[in-house]
Amino acid sequence: MTRRAHAVSSGPLALGVEHLTKRFGDRIAVEDVSFSVAAGEVFGFLGPNGAGKTTTVRMLATLIGPTSGSALVVGIPLEPENGLEIRQRIAVMPENPGLYLRLTVAENLEFFAGLHGLADPRSRIGQALEAVNLTGRVNDPCGSLSKGLRQRVALARALLSDPEILFLDEPTSGLDPVATHEVHELIDGLRDRGVTVFLTTHRLQEAEQLCDRVAILNTSLLTIGSPDELRERLFTNALVVRTAAPLSMPEQVFAVPGVESWHRDDTDGYVLTVTNARTAAPAVTRALVDAGADVISIGEARHSLEDIYLQLVDDPAERPR
Amino acid sequence: MNTSRVRAVVRREIRDFRRNRFVIGTMAVLPVIFLITPMITLFKVPESTTGSQAKAAVGLISLMLLIVPIVIPPVIAAYSVVGERDQGTLEPVLTAPVQPSELLLGKAVAVFIPSIAIAYGMYAVVAISIHFGAAHVVQSVVFHAPQVIAQILFTPLLALWAIWACIAISTRTSDVRVAQQLGSLAGLPLLAFVSLISFQLVTPTVPLAIGLALALLAIDVAGWRVCSRLFDPERLIAGPRRAGRASRKRP
Repeated sequence: MTRRAHAVSSGPLALGVEHLTKRFGDRIAVEDVSFSVAAGEVFGFLGPNGAGKTTTVRMLATLIGPTSGSALVVGIPLEPENGLEIRQRIAVMPENPGLYLRLTVAENLEFFAGLHGLADPRSRIGQALEAVNLTGRVNDPCGSLSKGLRQRVALARALLSDPEILFLDEPTSGLDPVATHEVHELIDGLRDRGVTVFLTTHRLQEAEQLCDRVAILNTSLLTIGSPDELRERLFTNALVVRTAAPLSMPEQVFAVPGVESWHRDDTDGYVLTVTNARTAAPAVTRALVDAGADVISIGEARHSLEDIYLQLVDDPAERPR
Repeated sequence: MNTSRVRAVVRREIRDFRRNRFVIGTMAVLPVIFLITPMITLFKVPESTTGSQAKAAVGLISLMLLIVPIVIPPVIAAYSVVGERDQGTLEPVLTAPVQPSELLLGKAVAVFIPSIAIAYGMYAVVAISIHFGAAHVVQSVVFHAPQVIAQILFTPLLALWAIWACIAISTRTSDVRVAQQLGSLAGLPLLAFVSLISFQLVTPTVPLAIGLALALLAIDVAGWRVCSRLFDPERLIAGPRRAGRASRKRP
C-alpha cells in the first residue's frame, strides 16, 4: 500500500466542487458543498443514510443537474453540453450492480465496451475480469451469480474504460471478507496507477484504511481532511493508563505537569487529558512508579474514524469546517 | 449520433429479448390469434362471390395484417425504459457516454427488427396461402397493386409509430404493465386509418399510398425527437416525487 503521508489535496485537480446545492422540490438534498480532490487521490465520502452522498455522486457523474453551484470534473466544467465528454473519462459503480441478469458476464461487459467505443473490447474485458478475479465466470449468466460476484462484475464494468475518476458507491457491500480484501487491494492498485477514486462507504474502517482524505456529509459538509487531521481537530490529546489494581489516590498520582484532567474509563483504566502526550507520558510514568502502581500499559489514546464520525454526526456543535 | 453506440444498444436489447420467455411467447402467439379467424373466413369465400363480398373478407385480413405491427411492439417496447429502471440497469447505462437519442434509437431499432420480421412473415404466409388456396376473386383483390404497396409501406411505418408511442409512455410511467396497456391504447388511432385502407373506403392508389407513407414517416421521425425530449434522466433516476423544478438541465 502506498498511502500518502501528506493527504491534503494538491497537484492537478481531479474534482473541484464549489457551493454545490441540490434541491428536490422543497427538500434540500445537498447544500452548499465545496471540496476538491487531487488527481490520484483516494477520497472517502461518508455520511448517514439520506445525507446526500449518492446525490452528490450523481451530480458529479452528470446523471442529475445541480440546483446551484459549480464543479470541475477531470478539468471539465459540469455543464449540460459537457456531459458526454465527462462520462467518457469517468466511471461509476452504483451500489446496485445493475446488471442484465439474462445476459452473461461477457455480454454485459461487451455492451458497455460498445457504449464506450473501446478499440479492443475483448482484451479490455479480459483485463477487467482479471482485475476482479472473475475470468472463470465469463460465460455465466449474471442472474446465476451471487450478490458478491455481481458486485465484482459491476466493478469490472467500471474498470473497462480505464477511467480517470472512478466513483465507487459501497463497493464492498455484500462481499465476503476475502472478496472485500481483494477489492481493497484493487483500490490500492488503482491508486498506484494514478486513478482518482471517489469512495462512498459506510464501512468506516474501510475508509480509514483506504482513503487519503475523507469528507463527512450530512446534507452539508461537516468536515474534510485526512483521518489524522480530523482526530487532531476534534479530540484533545489523551493518555490511557492501565494498572493491575485501582490506584488508592489517583488525584495525587496524576497531579503532574502537563495533565489537565483525568477520569476512570469503562475498563478500570484511567484517561488523562494532557497538553502534550509526548512530554506528559514520561512524567506520568514516573509518578505511577513512585506511587508503587503495577502499570500494565500507558499509551496515547487512539480515536478511530468511527469516533470522529459519531462525534460529528451525533453532535452538530462539533462540526469544524 | 454515434452509430456504434446505437449498434451496441440494439445488440444488447435483442440478446435480452431472446431470453425473455414472456416476450417470445407473446410474440409467437399474438399474430396467430389475430390471423387465424380471418384466414378461415377468407378460404371459405366461394368462387361465385361478388367483388364487394370478396373485398369485405380481404379487408378483414388486411386489417389484421396491419394491426400486427401495431400490437407486437408494445410487448417489447414497454420494457425499454421503465423495465430498465425497475431492474436497476438504467443508472449504469446513463453514466456511460451515450446520448438519450442514441439509447432510444437503439431500443427502437431492437423492437422494430423482430416486429417487422413477424409482420412481414405473417404477410408472406397469408399471401402464399391465398395464392395457392383462395378463390380467384379473393386473389384479385389481395394482389391488387396499390393494396400490396400499402401493406408493404405501411407495415414498418405503423410499427415505428407504435414503438415511439410505447417508448414515450415507458419514459413517463413507473410500471411495465401500465406501459404495455397504455402502449396498446396508443395504437388505437391508427386503427381508424388502417381500417380506411383495409376496407378500401379510401381507394389505395399508388400516389395516395406513397403520400400517406411519407406522412407516417414524418410522424415517426417526430416521434423519435419527442421521445428524446421526454427522456429525463433526472426524473427517471431520482424518481417522480423527487424531481424538482429548481434543477438545471442535466449535463
